[in-house]
Amino acid sequence: MNIAIIGGRVFDPAHDIDASASVFVQDGVIAGLGAAPAGFVAERTIDARGLVVCPGLIDLRARLREPGLEHKGTVESETRAALAGGITQLCCPPDTDPVIDTPVTAQWLADRARSAGGARVRPIGALTRALHGTHLADMHALRQAGCVGVGNALVPIKDTAVLRHALEYAAGIGLLVFLTPEDPWLSAPGVMHEGRIATRLGLAGVPESAETIEIARALMLIEEVGVRAHFCGISSARGAALIAEGKRRGLAITADTPIHQLYVTEDDVGIFDTNYRLRPPARTLADRDALRAALAAGVIDALCSDHQPHEVDAKERPFSDAEPGIAGLETLLPLTLRLVELNVLTLKDALAAVTCRPAALLGVAGGTLGIGACADICLYDPETVWTPTASSVRSRGGNSPFYGTSMRGQVVVTIHGGRIAYERTAPR
Amino acid sequence: MMAAQSGSAHRLRHFLTTEDLSGGAIGEILDTAESFISVGEREIKKVPLLRGKTIVNLFFESSTRTRTTFEIAGKRLSADIININTSVSATQKGESLLDTVRNLEAMHTDLFVIRHPLSGAADLVARSVPPHVHVVNAGDGRHAHPTQGLLDMFTIRRYKGDFRQLTVAIVGDVLHSRVARSQIHALTALGTKEVRVVGPRSLLPAAVETLGVRAHTDMATGLSGADVIIMLRLQFERMSGALIPSAHEYFDLYGLTRERLALADKDAIVMHPGPMNRGLEIASDVADGPQSVILPQVTNGIAVRMAILARLAGASAGEGRAS
Repeated sequence: MNIAIIGGRVFDPAHDIDASASVFVQDGVIAGLGAAPAGFVAERTIDARGLVVCPGLIDLRARLREPGLEHKGTVESETRAALAGGITQLCCPPDTDPVIDTPVTAQWLADRARSAGGARVRPIGALTRALHGTHLADMHALRQAGCVGVGNALVPIKDTAVLRHALEYAAGIGLLVFLTPEDPWLSAPGVMHEGRIATRLGLAGVPESAETIEIARALMLIEEVGVRAHFCGISSARGAALIAEGKRRGLAITADTPIHQLYVTEDDVGIFDTNYRLRPPARTLADRDALRAALAAGVIDALCSDHQPHEVDAKERPFSDAEPGIAGLETLLPLTLRLVELNVLTLKDALAAVTCRPAALLGVAGGTLGIGACADICLYDPETVWTPTASSVRSRGGNSPFYGTSMRGQVVVTIHGGRIAYERTAPR
Repeated sequence: MMAAQSGSAHRLRHFLTTEDLSGGAIGEILDTAESFISVGEREIKKVPLLRGKTIVNLFFESSTRTRTTFEIAGKRLSADIININTSVSATQKGESLLDTVRNLEAMHTDLFVIRHPLSGAADLVARSVPPHVHVVNAGDGRHAHPTQGLLDMFTIRRYKGDFRQLTVAIVGDVLHSRVARSQIHALTALGTKEVRVVGPRSLLPAAVETLGVRAHTDMATGLSGADVIIMLRLQFERMSGALIPSAHEYFDLYGLTRERLALADKDAIVMHPGPMNRGLEIASDVADGPQSVILPQVTNGIAVRMAILARLAGASAGEGRAS
């Protein structure tokens, strides 16, 4: 379909473009910017006046819950929710059931997303078989099946020798490794940040050292092995400082933090509010501010939703029994934009953190509006104030502390592969 | 805690924690408890305040003292009491909690007394019950045991009087103790001169001083000049968690012996919420000695629990205001 997007504010951080211009989509790619390509006849013209036209978002971490936990979400429900959030590509961690440790599962997942008509799914393969941390997964085969990298999701590899071998092997075949910095021994009983609030509520704490020790262990191995690694979900000031040090030493590392981590603190847990049962936990105000600074300084490369949808029952439990995580696909963009309002980031850096930077670190196409690029485009109204609720969002996840709070900036149209894949039906 | 615990008109609706109670509110509850002490000393130990009310003691964790004293308290107030003891297995924890409560609620229960191994369980239940149903927390995980906290305040007030003159030392496994947390909040609300926690560093919570206490790892300084010594129970499984080396070493460093007791004020009282491990945290001659008020604590527990039940569920107990 030929689509003309007329009169919007075109914002492409990859090319440092911020201009009032029209965008022309033809044969699934961006065929013109400003001027229409010769002979272009629009089949659909979108009036984008007042809207920002930016690359479709790339989410580094979103649980779809399928296969294995379909009562929480399906590939169809969650990839469509992603589109409603302006996300056109997302990475799915391997901790599905079955685990993404064979090419068949990886392929199945990507195919499923394709037929569901949702955002493109980029699976992350398992680093070790069944995530057990003992045998290496068939990493090359996983890559052949479309995995953008390998990782062990939330299951730490306790045996440092196994971790080292896994990193060596991945380095040898040039594969990106995703690492979740969580020391299994220190974090195991914990359900929130170890500090003032955990002490008051009598909840087992996750100390900062649970994160820093694991980052440090991984950095030592990365330096020896020379693997390209991405750290998932930095939550502490000290953790960010270690990443900065690793980068100064020239290591090929990148890092992300879930967008909510830049807003929540341990105080939000309040009186056992299970919406704030998170992994990694919400830490102190000082940590939150340090994460914002690390993001602004480029120490943290990208933001993600870290989408973890749950059924309502999963949170209606005593705090430590409640399942961790936030359903975040549809609030990723407005929360990212809020960082601009708060003067944490420029709009360019904010959008880069969810478009071209994740694309670059994954080594995938997308995240740009350059001529010839795949037409993955997000059109949002920067002024619309709206309130997401569990019943109004597309995701099956009923779990977000941001539901019921007002957001500025709402996706109006998402174009995916040159097709209008989402269109806001009525102002909400 | 305010939202869950208070009713709309500041009347205490649930009793979940001592944390948001003012010194005045605590004082009122203790005064009510004083008036109930005599009920237990009469030949006919009953008052009709809760006649026709149904109380369910819902215990997901074993208990003798707390459950029994709640049962006696309810019976002396003429309520109907049902005891339900459910062990929480790995497969049916939390998730079944609200279902269990909803089922019992459908049987027109007026008040739940809940004990659960997980912090926050009573708050969760309090949030889910309809407005006319009351919830009393009889211990949730490491979080709170507010009726124990208040019965300890009652005991301290009876023996020692003005909290503003007192130094109180809470000794032992503070990390895992819901009793300690409830005591600390109540003691600080009552304006206690100094509240200390004493124990091995591995059994003190990370940010314990933010609760308004002073932390000591040395018994001699921790007990020095104390007017009240509260010993906490040490669970035997703490050794396997590598939190302390051995029972022997624990007693050596933190056991309350007569020699150590002599470091405190000469009129100091010794308390223990029970059940005691003699020879582990407390020497027998101290537990049974003249300064021990451990058994009166149990007796007082009935009156304090009566006061709390009556203030929550008593139809005409209009005097009950939280603050």
